[in-house]
Amino acid sequence: MHLSETMNSGFYYLAPLLVFAPLVGLLINGFFGKYLSEKVVGAIASLASGTTFLVAVLLAHSTALNHGQVVQVPFAAWIHAGGLQLDWTFRVDTLSTTMMLVVSGVGTLIHIYAIGYMHEDVRFKHDEARFSRFFVFLNLFILSMMILVSGDSYLMLFVGWEGVGLCSFLLIGFWYELDLLSLPSWSNSNAAKKAFITSRIGDVGFLIAMFLTFWHFGSLQFDAAFQAAPSVAQVSPGAITAITLFMLLGVAGKSAQIPLYVWLPDAMAGPTPVSALIHAATMVTAGIYLIARSAPVYSLVPQAQYIVALVGAATALFAATIAVGQYDIKKVLAYSTISQLGFMVAAVGSGAFVAGMFHLITHAFFKALLFLSAGSVILGIERGHHTHAHHAEPKGKKKKEEHAEVFDPGDMRNMGGLRKTMPTTFWVYVVGTLALAGIVPFSGFWSKDEILLETSLHYPLIYWLLTAAAFFTAFYMGRQIWLVFFGEPRSDAAKHSQESPPVMTIPLIVLAALSLLGGALNLPFSGFHNLTHWLSSTISGVESLPFNWGVAGMSTLLAVLALVVSWFLYGRNPLKEKQIDPLKKPLGWAFTGMENKWFVDELYRAVVIGPYERLAAFLADAVDWKFWHDFVHDTLIVGGFNGLTKTLLDRNVDQRGIDAFFNSWGAFAEWLSANLRKAQNGFIRTYALATLLGVVLILGYLILK
Amino acid sequence: MEFLLQPLTLVTFFPLLGVFVIAFINAEKKDAIRWTALITALATLLISFWAFAQFDKTNPNLQLEAKYAWIRVADWNIYYYLAVDGLSILLVLLTTLLSAISILSAWSAVQERVKEFMIFFLLLEVGMTGVFLAQDLFLFYIFWEFTLVPMYFIIGIWGGPRRIYSALKFFLYTMAGSILMLLAIIYLGVQAQNTFNVPELLARLPQLYASGQISPTAQMLLFVAFALSFAIKVPMWPLHSWLPDAHVEAPTAGSVILAGVLLKMGTYGFLRFNIPLFPNATIQAAPWMALLATIGILYGAAVSYAQADIKKLVAYSSVSHLGFVMLGLFALNAEGVSGAILQMVNHGLSTGALFLLIGMVYEQTHTRQFSDYGGLWKAMPIFAVMMLIAVFSSMGLPGLNGFVGEFTILLGAFGSKAIASPWYAGFSTLGVILAAVYLLYLFQKMFLGPDGKVITEHKLKDLNWREIVTMIPLVVFIFWIGLYPKPFFDILAPAVEKLLSALPL
Repeated sequence: MHLSETMNSGFYYLAPLLVFAPLVGLLINGFFGKYLSEKVVGAIASLASGTTFLVAVLLAHSTALNHGQVVQVPFAAWIHAGGLQLDWTFRVDTLSTTMMLVVSGVGTLIHIYAIGYMHEDVRFKHDEARFSRFFVFLNLFILSMMILVSGDSYLMLFVGWEGVGLCSFLLIGFWYELDLLSLPSWSNSNAAKKAFITSRIGDVGFLIAMFLTFWHFGSLQFDAAFQAAPSVAQVSPGAITAITLFMLLGVAGKSAQIPLYVWLPDAMAGPTPVSALIHAATMVTAGIYLIARSAPVYSLVPQAQYIVALVGAATALFAATIAVGQYDIKKVLAYSTISQLGFMVAAVGSGAFVAGMFHLITHAFFKALLFLSAGSVILGIERGHHTHAHHAEPKGKKKKEEHAEVFDPGDMRNMGGLRKTMPTTFWVYVVGTLALAGIVPFSGFWSKDEILLETSLHYPLIYWLLTAAAFFTAFYMGRQIWLVFFGEPRSDAAKHSQESPPVMTIPLIVLAALSLLGGALNLPFSGFHNLTHWLSSTISGVESLPFNWGVAGMSTLLAVLALVVSWFLYGRNPLKEKQIDPLKKPLGWAFTGMENKWFVDELYRAVVIGPYERLAAFLADAVDWKFWHDFVHDTLIVGGFNGLTKTLLDRNVDQRGIDAFFNSWGAFAEWLSANLRKAQNGFIRTYALATLLGVVLILGYLILK
Repeated sequence: MEFLLQPLTLVTFFPLLGVFVIAFINAEKKDAIRWTALITALATLLISFWAFAQFDKTNPNLQLEAKYAWIRVADWNIYYYLAVDGLSILLVLLTTLLSAISILSAWSAVQERVKEFMIFFLLLEVGMTGVFLAQDLFLFYIFWEFTLVPMYFIIGIWGGPRRIYSALKFFLYTMAGSILMLLAIIYLGVQAQNTFNVPELLARLPQLYASGQISPTAQMLLFVAFALSFAIKVPMWPLHSWLPDAHVEAPTAGSVILAGVLLKMGTYGFLRFNIPLFPNATIQAAPWMALLATIGILYGAAVSYAQADIKKLVAYSSVSHLGFVMLGLFALNAEGVSGAILQMVNHGLSTGALFLLIGMVYEQTHTRQFSDYGGLWKAMPIFAVMMLIAVFSSMGLPGLNGFVGEFTILLGAFGSKAIASPWYAGFSTLGVILAAVYLLYLFQKMFLGPDGKVITEHKLKDLNWREIVTMIPLVVFIFWIGLYPKPFFDILAPAVEKLLSALPL
């Protein structure tokens, strides 16, 4: 329906504010941030994000009043070239408003949390001036994400898609001169670069999918493309398969799926609020949104859907095994995120679009919660490290030496016993863990159960892969809880760790409540399928399945079992200082594989990055410079020319009967080369003039003849 | 007087007034010379706006014609003929804009022989504008060759250590290409009853092709002769060997103009002459041109990545970027050609910005080796943000100008009937990854990471007001074209449509 008809019945005219509120925020902080206090900067950024959330609520409200009707709010003309006629239009429907609510809601909470987190982070890293820059980037991220979810065409979606990639690059590289241990290094900026380039590999897939969409469907606008899809499927089904699979490559890049997931663990180099917002709750789910948005196309090609589901399920299991072998608190969560994104991709691949979106929402709650709590833990340890170092240090010592000691505040082997020093963080972490592990009645249980149920009905293989992944999930989260919060502190920093201030813990408590209750969005009992009902007006043909005791019982049983096993290994006999992981011995090489991420980074370096670097160097040095530039141009062409003129001038050649005609040419060449030589001595003017003159003479002759 | 007041005559030759004035200023009065040059360039820019204001963008034909019989010898009638249409108006504006910006950028960088420098620069502007406006092949050729002379001196006198070699190579390489074009022009003129006037040629040629007076082989040879000359200028792979030398050795202002405008003369030549004059040969050649363009895109990107010198990296990136333009041109559909024309402007803006910025930091550090850099963001935050914008514009980030051009080019080439295979566009799309690889490398090595030698050894100052002012117009257009490209597409759409409708596709 067009705007004019519904304008009066809703808040649709506010849609541009989704983008302009964060724009205003980032412009104020970008230009004047350095003159403002931290509180003002944080408030402006949070207010900007909060305004976006408010607009999202109002848009959702209007959509509900209009029974989920799609409304397009035109804003400006964009690209009009030949058959490509695209405008900047906001698309307000149940799917896009869902994403808007999640992104701006969780985003605003994280903005508030970041005021507290960055206050300390910039001080620990000795650059307080960088505080406002963080919030500029954060607002830019919200802006880009809003373009992504509110776009009315694939191309507009792609604008946001790349925009969030830019923000991801800037924020991963926020401490661009350091590494994870806050030492001077290229490491963080390498991580930023890796994230952007890996996603760009996926983007090529997305671009090609768009080219195919345009030439086969005739438009990149969603409605027009979807309308054309069924008839194209009749004529050239291969095209649709190609579109969906190329798009899958884009999804793999953005949503960290096999084979392009490798950037996400490195992305933990960014400050923790970034990991929570971008690399857990919102940006990485863009791929799932893309597939859900393209449901009408994917539904036409079951084979491609199966491949999507398989990629998701394989990623879910593969990443979950790596998470088991990690020691960095954020790395565990990073691999967990990859694994959970695998669940979502498997869901939308199996046609369970609502289940995928449901898990996207609950995951945004509990994974944001876990990351932010992990950030609270890391800062707590840092506080302990700094107060301890401060006390232990004899007076008069230089400040520099304090930091000569290398200490990793994110390493779980340096933690232990934090439930006593950081009780609030501990309790919310437990809530997040239970939600992620899928324990009734936490939100993760309901959404994961829906995915398992849907796949169990259609794709047994996918179901079993995901079930195995769910077991590992509960296990590595149990391991984390025992390692971080139980036992005795394994470092002085952990012993002196301190709880975070309310500006950080209050957002945690809100997210904990959402993680606990989020399942209510779509309880699998008749009369409660709220999300299914809501999304059904955008995604046609979604089914709401009745609760299945078998599937639910199986997953709960496995999750509880995994938690018990983790207690048996890590909780019963807590890890001691410098003790190796109890799993290392029994699992042997398999654990080495998990610890080292199955050596995938090394594989890529050997197979892709190294060869490309060598090829580039070979092309640049050997082919382009030594061969083409020096040999062919400077030696062959210049030398050949000089040689030729010499030969022609040679007495012997001359005397052997070269006639006067050629003789004159020889003289000409001598004259020319003499000029050339002069030219090289700096008298090019003569030559230039002579050549120009020559050209004019030839021309004149030809005209007059 | 009426002759002089024609907007196109005025915009082309107004810089000569500046040359005249500067000629009478004492060479010691450097600031007076700089101001005269700048005011001349700004006035020329205003005149180009005035010309643009009279331009009817709904009209697909040549406009604002200034046409006078010039040389009459025997049966020949050579015209002084300037005119503009949607294919060239943006390039004229780009030329006047970048000329003013370059003069501003040379303010403190050029201290030796300022008088000669500014004179050559204004002369160069005359030549470049003339190239984009001339509608008589004879006049075009004169402007085309004329641009070589001032550029030769700008590189040769104010360039780096290997300036003489580079200047000579630039001159000879381009000259060599032009000789064949000259022969082709003469042949064409003779065949078409003694005219070099392009619209007249376009009217007469179809009959000549149909009657077989110019055989298909001859048409192809003519195409190749023109193409060779333009391809060297673009430069298309593998004729790019002069480019890294010229770019690296040229002073900043020279690099900006070289990349921003002179290379566009090559792509513009294809657009204005090759495609309409030799339509059948164009269609026949399209897949081959697409192949060369694709190789250039990937090759240029790979070679860029392996450079140790910042300026050389940007120089080679032009091989890759201009590959996209060529691919779009020979897609021979509205999407591809419109994208290509817009991308010509985009490349001028983004690569111009890159060269400007590199020049600004070089003035302070006197090194362009990546290994000397690192961590500049902290020392020069404004500079870092400007570079960030330029780098991502060059990389084709949506929301900035480069994306709009690149996307429409690739989209057009993907479904092009003339190229007839999506593989070229498919492989060219990989250039999007490779561009990110070398451009992020550039940004990282300069601005991120631990402090490099330039920070520890120099007390670096962030951009000053003059430098910021130099950058602002480029940044404005980078965002404008990225966010609202419609007005730009509207300007060129009718002319593109007319161009393509004449092709037997």
